[in-house]
Parts: sequence; C-alpha cells; structure tokens
Amino acid sequence: MTAALLTLADSRLPAGGHTHSGGVEQAIAAGVLTDPTSLAVFLRRRLTTSGAVAAGLAAAACRAVDDAVPVAALAGLDDEADARTPAPALRAASRQQGRGLVRVGSRAWPHPVWAALPAHPHHPLALGVAAATGGLTARDAAHAAAYLSISGPATAAQRLLAMDPITVAAVTARLAPEVDAVAAASTEGLPAATDPLLDLLAEVHAARNDRFFAS
Amino acid sequence: MPPDHRIDDYVDPYTPDRRHSSGGGHGPLRIGLGGPVGSGKTALAAALCRTLGPDFDLAVVTNDIYTTEDADFLRRNAVLPDDRIEAVQTGCCPHTAIRDDITANLDAVELLESRHPGLELVFVESGGDNLTASFSYGLVDVQVFVVDVAGGDKVPRKGGPGVTASDLLVVNKTDLAPLVGADLDVMRRDSAAVRGGKPTLLISLREDPAATEVAEWVRDQVRARALQTT
Repeated sequence: MTAALLTLADSRLPAGGHTHSGGVEQAIAAGVLTDPTSLAVFLRRRLTTSGAVAAGLAAAACRAVDDAVPVAALAGLDDEADARTPAPALRAASRQQGRGLVRVGSRAWPHPVWAALPAHPHHPLALGVAAATGGLTARDAAHAAAYLSISGPATAAQRLLAMDPITVAAVTARLAPEVDAVAAASTEGLPAATDPLLDLLAEVHAARNDRFFAS
Repeated sequence: MPPDHRIDDYVDPYTPDRRHSSGGGHGPLRIGLGGPVGSGKTALAAALCRTLGPDFDLAVVTNDIYTTEDADFLRRNAVLPDDRIEAVQTGCCPHTAIRDDITANLDAVELLESRHPGLELVFVESGGDNLTASFSYGLVDVQVFVVDVAGGDKVPRKGGPGVTASDLLVVNKTDLAPLVGADLDVMRRDSAAVRGGKPTLLISLREDPAATEVAEWVRDQVRARALQTT
C-alpha cells in the first residue's frame, strides 16, 4: 500500500463522485433508508453486490495494464462490466464516473495505457488503470473500489437526511473489516453478484426530474 | 521564467482535455455566472442568450439545486434550442460542483462541444449559493458574480470571493433601490473599493431586458481571447 491508494479513495478527489448517491437518494425516497441502522444495512448490501463486482473489475483492469494487448483486455472487461450491470441507468452512472476518473487520473499519472481505455469506460476500469499507473497492486484497486462503493453513498445519506456526520463516519468505519474481506475475495476472478433492488431504485431515480444526485 | 513557474511544466503532454486549466485558447470561451439565490443569474443568462445568440454560436450549462427549473426557464425564454442547454445535478452541493469537483460541469461542456463543434461561447450558471461562491478557473475562463439591490446596499462591502475577485460584478435590480432604501452610490463606491480596478455594472434587467452593458462586456472578453490566441 502506498499513499496513492489514499488519494484514490479520498472523497475530495475531483472525479465527480460527489454528484452520485449510489442509489441512496432513491432508497430514501422509497422509505428503505431512514436512519443509521438502515444506512448500515444498505451499505452492506451495496458492498457485497455492486461493491464486489466493482472490486473484481478494478483488480482485473489493474492487471490488464500489463497485458500484451491492454486495449483488447480492457475492452473485454468493459463488456464484462456491461454484462454485470443490467440497469441502463447504472451503466450510464458508471461510465460517467469512469470518464471523470480518467480526467483526473491521466493528469495525475500520465501513461500511454490511458489511451487504451474507451472514452467513457466503466468506473472500475478507470479505477484499475489509475491504480496501475499510480504504482498500486490489483488488491489495492479492489480495496479502493470496495471502499468507494460505500463511502460516497454514506456521504449522500448524510447530506439528504441531515444525519449526524460523526454517526455516519462511524457506520462507514465499522464496515472496514467487511470492506477488506470483499476486496480480498474479489481480487481474483470476476464476481457477478447482482441486486435487483439497486437496479430498480436506479431506474426509478433516473426517471425523476426533481433529484439532487445524478444517480 | 524558471521551469517551476508554469503549470505546464508539471503536466505531461498526453492529456486529451487539458486546454482550460492550462489557460490555452481553444474551444469556446467559458463564462461563469454565479451569485446568491434570486439575484437574477438565470434572467441574465436568458438575456445574454437573446442578445448574443444572433452573433455567436452559444450554449448554456445550468446547475440547478434540485429541479430543472432554470434549464426550463431558459428553454422558454432564451430562444435557445433544447440541445444547447444542459442541466447538471450537483449532489446537494452547488458550490462543490463549480469549484472543488468540476467533473459534472466539464462533462456537460464537453457534451455541448461535441454536439456543436463550432461553439464559441458557453455560459455556466451556478446554482444559487452565498457570497463565498466562486468558479474554478479549471472550469471557466472568466466569471461574473450577480448580486442584487434588494439584498441591501451593504452586500458589496461585505465582500467575499464572488464580490471581490470576480471578473465582472453585476448589481442587478437597480429599479428597486428607492423601494428598499438602497443607496446605489454606496454600492458603487464599496464595490470599487474592494475590487482592485475590476469592473462593476449596476443594471436593471427589468428596465433593460437585453442586458446591453453586460453583453458588451462579454463581447470584449471574446475579442480579448481572440487576440490572445492569434
């Protein structure tokens, strides 16, 4: 682990994450998320499904940088990400965040491999490439992906419900061992966990015209 | 100049979209419109689109806090086709979206640029914020801060980055001055005192719906940049 991993996981990294709630805005609207207890349940559910998928893809993208033909390996992973992201709204949100991360990552760690990514790659792919170009390992990439799958949504809940930020920080911090476990279990292979609830929330959210968050 | 005094010395040549934060002169001129809620940012954006639309290839990005109200207002009032107006969600933090993490706005500008390759001018209208709001120069080339007379004639004196550091300060709704007991001379004098020579315009969009003086300032900015890049 190096400080580059802290940079990637920092919510202040200007990659556009603050405009996405990871389903939290719609979960609140649907009455699924109301307090710190239901926030913890929601975050755990995200972590073990979309978090695990993102961690696996990020680790694979990190390794793909050393592939003989990175552009082909990354294109294959982009297809794998699509296959694991059936909801169009979540695909769009992932690609939007991927584009944002390419913008800051390629400036921070210039490397020819950035050009091997599609213009709007899925976020975990951009994260994997950022990790590789920042000198990190596939495990680090998985760690960042797993952590980001809960940190942004937790902040969104804090803002939308005016929750106590110290409580929210505690909820997130206490999930650390589970984040570690998901990262470790997802570094090899490509998990394919799905959560129809998150897919539905995302689609209903995208159809609203009165939302604070992009997703 | 020593090598460590230029941002370019820190940046690798390979970055597809570095032109703005490097201060280069490609693509459309980006003008930020910021200011407190209700000061007239959207009305000014609409006025500028109407006045400058015939002469420039232009587009607008809105940062609505919650709804697409500003974007809808522009569609109705700005005589701009829908595909020249993009609204971005700011995740409850309009200020973050124009200063600390400008990603969503950069995406919107890039989308408009790809849709309209000849684009000359993009207005980025912030969500209503407070006197500390300001745009990152990674997002805009110049910025206009809009306050209004109805907020009281003490606003320029209170300062804040929008009032002191914006490239143009617009004090709107001068027609309301007698009704709210605001002294325009005080506002003019206080603005001059804190702005270090940068311009301030006192206007009334109700009396001059074309925003003539602000539009002229925008034309000057376009001309100034054309000179820089030739």
